[in-house]
Amino acid sequence: MVAVSSTDAFVVFDHVQKSYDGTSLVVKDLNLAIGKGEFLTMLGPSGSGKTTCLMMLAGFETATNGEITLDGRPINQVPPHKRGIGMVFQNYALFPHMTVGENLSFPLEVRGMGKSDREAKVKRALDMVQMYAFINRRPSQLSGGQQQRIALARALVFDPKLVLMDEPLGALDKQLREHMQFEIKHLHESLGITVVYVTHDQGEALTMSDRVAVFNDGRIQQLAPPSDLYERPDNSFVAGFIGENNKLHGTLEDVSGGRATVRLTTGELIDATAVNVSTKGQSTLVSIRPERVEYKPELLPAGAHTIDAEVLEFIYMGDMFRTRLRVAGSDDFVIKSRNTLGQRMLAPGEKIKIGWAPQDARALDPQ
Amino acid sequence: MSQITTNGDLTTSDGRPLKAALAAAQFRAKRRAFFLVAPLLLFIIVSFILPIGQMLHRSVFHDGFAANAPDVKAWFAVNPDGTAPDEAAYAALAQDFKAMKADKTAGIAGTRVNYTLPETRSLITATARVADDLAPPYKDAFLALNPKWGDAAVWQAMRSASSAYTADFYLISTDRERAADGTIQKVPENTRIYIYLFVKTFLLSAVITVICFFLAFPVAHLLATLPTARANLMMILVLLPFWTSLLVRTTSWIVLLQGQGVVNDVLIALGIVGDDGRLKMMYNQAGTIIVMTHVLLPFMILPLYSVMKTIPPSYARAARSLGATSWTTFRRIYLPQTLPGIGAGALLVFILAVGYYITPALVGGADGQLISNFIDFHMDKSNWSLAAALSAMLLGGVLVLYWLYDRLVGIDNLKLG
Repeated sequence: MVAVSSTDAFVVFDHVQKSYDGTSLVVKDLNLAIGKGEFLTMLGPSGSGKTTCLMMLAGFETATNGEITLDGRPINQVPPHKRGIGMVFQNYALFPHMTVGENLSFPLEVRGMGKSDREAKVKRALDMVQMYAFINRRPSQLSGGQQQRIALARALVFDPKLVLMDEPLGALDKQLREHMQFEIKHLHESLGITVVYVTHDQGEALTMSDRVAVFNDGRIQQLAPPSDLYERPDNSFVAGFIGENNKLHGTLEDVSGGRATVRLTTGELIDATAVNVSTKGQSTLVSIRPERVEYKPELLPAGAHTIDAEVLEFIYMGDMFRTRLRVAGSDDFVIKSRNTLGQRMLAPGEKIKIGWAPQDARALDPQ
Repeated sequence: MSQITTNGDLTTSDGRPLKAALAAAQFRAKRRAFFLVAPLLLFIIVSFILPIGQMLHRSVFHDGFAANAPDVKAWFAVNPDGTAPDEAAYAALAQDFKAMKADKTAGIAGTRVNYTLPETRSLITATARVADDLAPPYKDAFLALNPKWGDAAVWQAMRSASSAYTADFYLISTDRERAADGTIQKVPENTRIYIYLFVKTFLLSAVITVICFFLAFPVAHLLATLPTARANLMMILVLLPFWTSLLVRTTSWIVLLQGQGVVNDVLIALGIVGDDGRLKMMYNQAGTIIVMTHVLLPFMILPLYSVMKTIPPSYARAARSLGATSWTTFRRIYLPQTLPGIGAGALLVFILAVGYYITPALVGGADGQLISNFIDFHMDKSNWSLAAALSAMLLGGVLVLYWLYDRLVGIDNLKLG
């Protein structure tokens, strides 16, 4: 998906800043444009400002500075109930004193909709999440997954153009979470709504999103589609936050056309792609995904550098092998290899040579 | 391994019935639990259940006359209600009076009859004093002594008092009496006090409960939503009254509200009222309401607070995001969820107010007195049975309210903290 320009965007954060105490900024100069129908995830560790951004969009917090526009209309002064934004909360926030049907009917009632229209809409929304049979239950009589579906149906029942989700799957077990991820994704696709989703679970972010905004320290560190985020992280925070990652410290020996040669602190030379480092002699952190490391020399591209490694530990994980190596003096270099036919199991103590294609190793800022 | 015996009960692998095995296995734990609660159980029995049982017993039992007038009691037993007293009745009475004089029990017997029919105590004690002079024919002797002895109402009162167990005290508590022919009727209008007092007590308590609710709700909400440090400080302020003597608090209200008190002085200084128009806020119902509201306020705040504390802000946010105005959110989402706290607080304040004694006694004046002040009055007068009957009716009223609450709201919803 291409980046959205602020002219055709549905939601725009324009130089938004937020401070709670007047002495420090929780959100520092946020600029973000979200396209119509997009599924955008705000991903980041706790305290990174992602939830604050969502709350500002929903209207529960006001921006200290800057402007948020929704469908071309500035909404800083619009109270939450006039924004028409659906929201799914982490603890579902289903009203415990109302039945499922009453919960769904509530947003329609406050909009003054007639009884027959309400019933039709509630039925449609419940059918959408296959929960119509539960219309007369109380939320406390439902399981976590069922409550989640009802919360989803309630956020959608009044046909909002924008739906916000604040870690909606956080309380579910792993299997149900994965199932719900697909369900939410399919709902998004079939309804054509815009979704802003907040999570700290990178797997969730990568699975569901069109684009992911990685937050840290009140700033967006990278805004990119999931594959870019994983394979081409812009900086060492994103590289470290998304997925498993091997890090090697060194200095830039040579840079030409993005291709870089890095001399490790222990003296070895490795190949990498220069991302946000450019000058010779600059210190750098090279990030390599464990599954992109190769230890069979015949599979490496011609002229690739290799370095020595010693097998410390070999873990059989079923579909994968996970091998911990000592590389360049560090004990936590991990490689992953698929359990394909004829794949060799490495033995601890074995000496091997490893290498990688230059585009898979990214020379980043040393942080 | 468990087996099923022929009659379908489960047994353990060695053939014992499963239920017996379970009971044996849990016996030690149950015994230990029992010993842990035993001191409290004993304390409650001695200090709570026994006295209340005693009180309820006293409200229907008084043998002051029954124990000391056995002969006339026997006459009442064989002659049905409404029989005019004959010579045998007067003879029996004379016999009892002689015994009373000898045992010096005329006073207590007279007191008992006096409860049922006022102004009969002196009749009985005076007669007992001269009992030895009584001679046949007894009827004439009695009537010569005092014509009241021919009054059917006196005989009706003695008949009633001749049974140790009696509902008379409950009749008095509901402003009723026995007519000369034994039927129950209301007492004359100008002596009816208890029904009015009960109604006033319950009404004043309801007013106090409602005022407490309106004052406590915002405070409890603030307490539940403030950051912890400031909420704690506020909680101390809420609890502060508990650390001062009730007497001191009540007296300070007197200082504030009395005719020459601080509030009136300030109003006069501001020119709002003239010196001859000082507000009467003390020694009347207004005084009782103001001071009791203040004293009972924490009992409303605390249950409300404990319920509000458990309502996550996300409910209100969800309602707002679904399009509800802040008023609709409060009315449809927040208020219904605080119901258990409202119920608990209201029940607590109401029950405490209904039985409140010291505050109305100090600041109530004449028309701010509640039923408990009259219970105390009768205890001072040693009419324990009437005090007990009034208390039992109060207890009954509270239990009825409790039952109503259970039917309407559900006692499971009660949350006291």
